[in-house]
Amino acid sequence: MKSTRSLLAAAAAIGLLAASAPAQAKTLVYCSEGSPENFNPMINTTGTTFNANRPVYGRLVDFKPGTTEVEAGLAEKWTVSEDSKTFTFNLRKNAKWHSNKNFKPTRGFNADDVIFSFERQWKDENPYHKVSGGGYDYFADMSMPSLLESITKIDDYTVKFVLKKPQAPFLANLAMDFAAIQSKEYADTLTKLGKPELIDQEPIGTGPFEFVTYVRDANIRFKRFEAFYGTKARVDTLVYSINKDPAVRLAKLRANECQISFGPLPADLPSIKADKNLVLLQQSGLNIGYLALNNLKPPFTDVRVRQAINMAIDKKAILDAVYQGAGTPAKNLIPPTLWSYNTKVEDYKYDPAAAKKLLAEAGFPDGFETDLWAMPVQRPYNPDARRVGELMQSDLAKVGIKTKIVSYEWGEYRKRVQNGEHGMAQLGWTGDNGDPDNFFVPLAGCASSRIGGGSASKFCNKEFEALIQKASEITNQSERAKLYEQAQVIMHREAPFFLIAHSVVFVPMRTNVTGFKMSPLGTFEFTNVDLK
Amino acid sequence: MLRFFLRRVTLILPTFIGVTLASFLLIHAVPGDPIEVRVGEHGIAPERLAALRHEFGLDQPLWKQFLDYETQLATGHLGTSTVTHAPVWDEFLSLFPATVELGVCAMIFALCIGLPLGVIAAVRRGTAFDYGLMGISVTGASMPIFWWGLMVILIFSVTLGWTPVSGRVSDMFYVEPWSGFMLIDAWYSDDEGAVRSALSHLVLPTIVLGTIPLATIARMTRSAMLEVLGEDFIRTARAKGLSPGRVVVVHALRNALIPVVTVVGLQVGSLLGGAILTETIFAWPGVGHWLVEAIQRRDYPVLQGGTLLIAVLVMAVNLGVDVTYGFLNPRIRR
Amino acid sequence: MRQLWRGFSENRGAVFGLGLLVVLIFTAIFADVVAPFSPIDQFRDSFLTPPVWQEGGSWTYVLGTDDVGRDMLSRLIHGARLSILIGLMVVALSLSMGTVLGLAAAFAGGVVDVLIMRVMDVVLVFPSILLAIVIVAILGPGLFNAMIAVSVVTLPSYTRLVRASALSELARDYVTATRSAGAGTFRLMFSTVLPNCAAPLIVQASLGFSTAILDAAALGFLGLGAQPPTPEWGTMLAGALQYYQRAWWVLTFPGLSILLTVLAFNLFGDGLRDALDPKLKR
Repeated sequence: MKSTRSLLAAAAAIGLLAASAPAQAKTLVYCSEGSPENFNPMINTTGTTFNANRPVYGRLVDFKPGTTEVEAGLAEKWTVSEDSKTFTFNLRKNAKWHSNKNFKPTRGFNADDVIFSFERQWKDENPYHKVSGGGYDYFADMSMPSLLESITKIDDYTVKFVLKKPQAPFLANLAMDFAAIQSKEYADTLTKLGKPELIDQEPIGTGPFEFVTYVRDANIRFKRFEAFYGTKARVDTLVYSINKDPAVRLAKLRANECQISFGPLPADLPSIKADKNLVLLQQSGLNIGYLALNNLKPPFTDVRVRQAINMAIDKKAILDAVYQGAGTPAKNLIPPTLWSYNTKVEDYKYDPAAAKKLLAEAGFPDGFETDLWAMPVQRPYNPDARRVGELMQSDLAKVGIKTKIVSYEWGEYRKRVQNGEHGMAQLGWTGDNGDPDNFFVPLAGCASSRIGGGSASKFCNKEFEALIQKASEITNQSERAKLYEQAQVIMHREAPFFLIAHSVVFVPMRTNVTGFKMSPLGTFEFTNVDLK
Repeated sequence: MLRFFLRRVTLILPTFIGVTLASFLLIHAVPGDPIEVRVGEHGIAPERLAALRHEFGLDQPLWKQFLDYETQLATGHLGTSTVTHAPVWDEFLSLFPATVELGVCAMIFALCIGLPLGVIAAVRRGTAFDYGLMGISVTGASMPIFWWGLMVILIFSVTLGWTPVSGRVSDMFYVEPWSGFMLIDAWYSDDEGAVRSALSHLVLPTIVLGTIPLATIARMTRSAMLEVLGEDFIRTARAKGLSPGRVVVVHALRNALIPVVTVVGLQVGSLLGGAILTETIFAWPGVGHWLVEAIQRRDYPVLQGGTLLIAVLVMAVNLGVDVTYGFLNPRIRR
Repeated sequence: MRQLWRGFSENRGAVFGLGLLVVLIFTAIFADVVAPFSPIDQFRDSFLTPPVWQEGGSWTYVLGTDDVGRDMLSRLIHGARLSILIGLMVVALSLSMGTVLGLAAAFAGGVVDVLIMRVMDVVLVFPSILLAIVIVAILGPGLFNAMIAVSVVTLPSYTRLVRASALSELARDYVTATRSAGAGTFRLMFSTVLPNCAAPLIVQASLGFSTAILDAAALGFLGLGAQPPTPEWGTMLAGALQYYQRAWWVLTFPGLSILLTVLAFNLFGDGLRDALDPKLKR
């Protein structure tokens, strides 16, 4: 028995058992917030899954850690044609693939892998297009199918992308998680084994860490990839410890069972700040949480009613009780970190008396009855919609508006809100590319205000629409900014939302962690992280 | 005996088909769409929604979906998760050992404490010990275990810091998933720390899940013992001058065990129910946790397959208890 | 009756349970008078105030306040009303449905019997909480739907019980006599057979209260039962999840209330069973 055990241990080999001797090997444990859906960022949309795949996969270009600036990744350099329609990438020659029990790479990374990875998402005839259910949401969201003309291999280390029309953010899009590069050789090997789906369960990438194991709802283990082309990871083993409950994550962090953790509860912030073993990083999130008033449904069709609601709800109380310091009160739809934010807009004051007066003017001296929807789930921009709902409910009751709190299962909730079934509904938005257009058009544009469209306010104002349309067509940023500033003034006047807050993202970690940088895009990256 | 067994099995068949139908219908009646639930605030293009729905057969009429499902089952397939795209059976297999490990530990805990307590209470009938124990046991049986779980976490993990809050083993240890039973795997990994860590993670969930069975077993043992102690052969044994301890343990307990064991067997269903709550509270990566998640994600195949497997398990255990009972007690083999 | 009470009062646990129940029902009925505040009033200046005996507590909020400043004591008192209501509704629903189904199975026999009992078998095979979760998922979260779910889940035990006792009564001479005297099936069912199987049903019903309250609270805890701001105990626990490590009272009191209520019904039910059926007394 004993001998088979040591044999097995030997077979399991190199580095795997390093963790059983934590003294020599450095293990970094990150307390993450949930299980990844699988190990392929192409077919997923959640930050949780992206973070879990980040150690493994490389992309043609990367965001420089801690910024949204694009830097070289698997492409060493690139050239853009005059008409900005052709992008030629020179690939790096020293990138190697990971290996696992099913796959020992015979070659390094080359152009075939790039073609494979994009064609998998793009072309129906790619043998892997339908593996794992397909559904390349981000690829489609970034309108790649309508944008791409062709992707061609010039030689083993040169790839040319031709676009149908010029698009400046294209390069930044390639740094997003969905543009991960998978190994064509691995795909071929798995096809031969008859297990194509393993490509998304046991990932092979070119990233700084190799995937070791994933125990569902428990943890994901990675080990340092020694043949990584760039600066090698500092720690030997990287573990994502999966804990849904933020209180548990904090308890583990305190017990040094993990060294860095996903967002804590706002309520725990003071005690984290006071703990001398912990450091609290913070950054304002690229998001907005709001209560959308259904502009298609009376009485919310009356701007006085909308303004009255804006005055009737005590925003400060919500920020104090629910966000507890982890939020900045919102007066504009876009967060203050985004360019074109109009600082001159002055938020409605909390004034129940004035609200009552406005309601009376609008013909509702005794208020009215309506529903107030609250998402069933915690979102980055709203830690507890039910609580927020309860606070709003009691404020609104004071001006005579009787509300019923309504909630549905999350998918159902969104669908019903999109169909405009609500009176007032809480919802929010997280930006992906740092452009104001990414906020205004989907949340308050006329196109998405149709029944079934993404806008929860169903707001469609000609004046506002003209401004944001114009802003999306020109390229000069300062001119665009002026248009957006004007648009925000109109939105303030029309009050299609009760804007709640932009949340602040916190990352608590132990003091011995070095080299960690928060990303404005909310991603977690551990390549440069070390333990003192 | 064989005929008895076969009759029981044939009795189960209609129930089994009923269970597949029930799990199918119930789950398809749940509003919300497994594809839509995956979409965030950004929405999804209608064409791709249609394509995905087609992929999972969700655009077929309900009866067709059910027939497809039955055919799939007949060929031994439970489908693939709409969320992870992994086969439901594989997911179940990887999580089931955790549930079994917790359930077995809870049962052992309940038996090891419940049996002796019940025996002592019966022997000392009417004493303060007896009343106290019965009071505690009825309290245990009334326990809302979701609250009980949180209370023990609050007391032992958060306030006293004696035990870890959740999970199966500290993430600092790499335990190769060999059998899926953490205690065995940790033992196998030859790492004393891992074994200790696995044990300390087991303590609280075991106590919480074992509380209700413990209360039930203590009560059952007590009443079964009282009945047996009143019977003639015990009096004879006493009269023969055998030591009281010997009489109680060897003669009485052995006879009292039959009803107790039956109760233990029939508790499997409620144990699984308790496991759903316990696993949710302790983030124990088992089948119960998995099913609750699946409901939130509208993962039809997982829900269907999971509830079906659990129902089959309960049926199998009931059959086992039934047959064992029939074996022990020929009178009921009608 | 007097004999019943004598049997009952011998059992100290049962009397204790009865006492608890009286207090509970009293607070439930007079909740509006007893509770110091409205259960949904938010006092914005006192979030998470500890109970009076702890530093920082005050006599205004004897058991402290929750995270949006509602008085815990008032919420608990109103919660008692809800719990009793839940128990009553669930027991009434499952008892009436179970009686009808059980009698139908016993009287009709044959296919109807087999069909009803098979369906009950199927219901029993699923762990009850799992089935209840699925049913609530279908109907949508809410107090009333949670009650329906719990009723369905507890249905088989009533049906089986009624069927079994009805069958044994049917075999008795007096039934045959009434039948030959020309009594209709309905009359036979409800005025002859049913009263004679009332005793076990009453016991089952009183114990059913505790199951109903526990299961409904579990659903509330999972966010599927009563919706906030309803002061249902399980729902209060769900709301407490984020804060319980800092504020033990938001966790402890609602749970303790559930425990005591369920305990009261269990003790009462046990006592009743022993008193009604001395044979079952162990």
